Amino acid sequence: MDSQYIDHAMVLAGILFCLGLVGVMVRRNLLFMMISIEVMLNAAGLAFIAAGSAWGQPEGQIMFLAVITLGAAEVAVGLGLTLLLFRHHNSVNVDQLNQLRG
Amino acid sequence: MIWATLYNIVFYASCGVTVLATILMISRHNAVHALLYLIISSLSLAIIFYLLGAAFAAALEVIVYAGAVMILFVFVVMMLNQGQRSAAHEAAWLPARGWILPSLLAAILLSLLLIGMYSDQPLQPYGVHGVAVKDVGIALFGPYVLVVELASFLLLSGLIGAFHIARKMPSHMSSNKLEEVDHG
Repeated sequence: MDSQYIDHAMVLAGILFCLGLVGVMVRRNLLFMMISIEVMLNAAGLAFIAAGSAWGQPEGQIMFLAVITLGAAEVAVGLGLTLLLFRHHNSVNVDQLNQLRG
Repeated sequence: MIWATLYNIVFYASCGVTVLATILMISRHNAVHALLYLIISSLSLAIIFYLLGAAFAAALEVIVYAGAVMILFVFVVMMLNQGQRSAAHEAAWLPARGWILPSLLAAILLSLLLIGMYSDQPLQPYGVHGVAVKDVGIALFGPYVLVVELASFLLLSGLIGAFHIARKMPSHMSSNKLEEVDHG
């Protein structure tokens, strides 16, 4: 079996990462930004899986485990911050977080 | 011929479903609709993981992303929709156009699964066996045991951080007074 699938999986990872980045930059709702960050983490995991599969080594899946753990911890803390933002401002629009503006 | 084998069909159809679901996800206005598309994106990505020979990672993707992380998001969406706005939202939450397209993408994934299960050609992962779960486990608890320790540190700090941040503070109590109440 040739390696075109690895190449195409890498291309898919790049596309997914760009889509997540666009989501983070375009959306102003903190909840949607967190969902987009999840997509970016997924894309990084896909790149690790594809690379590990290309070399036939288990390191790719181990790094995927690390990425998925990071994603879970990030979601827990980030959603807590989202709740805090909603309680203080009654909105989840990140543009309202401009109190530090000089 | 790119559509020659079953592997090609399932792989590229899953890629297409993933990209389509992600594009639809970042363009939604309703958080619940975006979550539906995120579930579809995770499931199709799990199929791609399996086809790349990482069956363990595929199972983990379904359990952690389509399961646990999604539950967290749904809970927060529920908590953010409290109050008077929720009644108006309740009626308009899931109109037919909200769930028909995710259902269609999920049906494509289901048909891919059924094709893979019941076809004469066996649907082998990349490199026939891929990386076995046994090898991953041996490497994980052998030379990479530090990753397990770091993951436990990270999850514990995430747990404590999320508990502390999202705790409901009474507005008339300062944090000092609250600590006194906690300790005494």
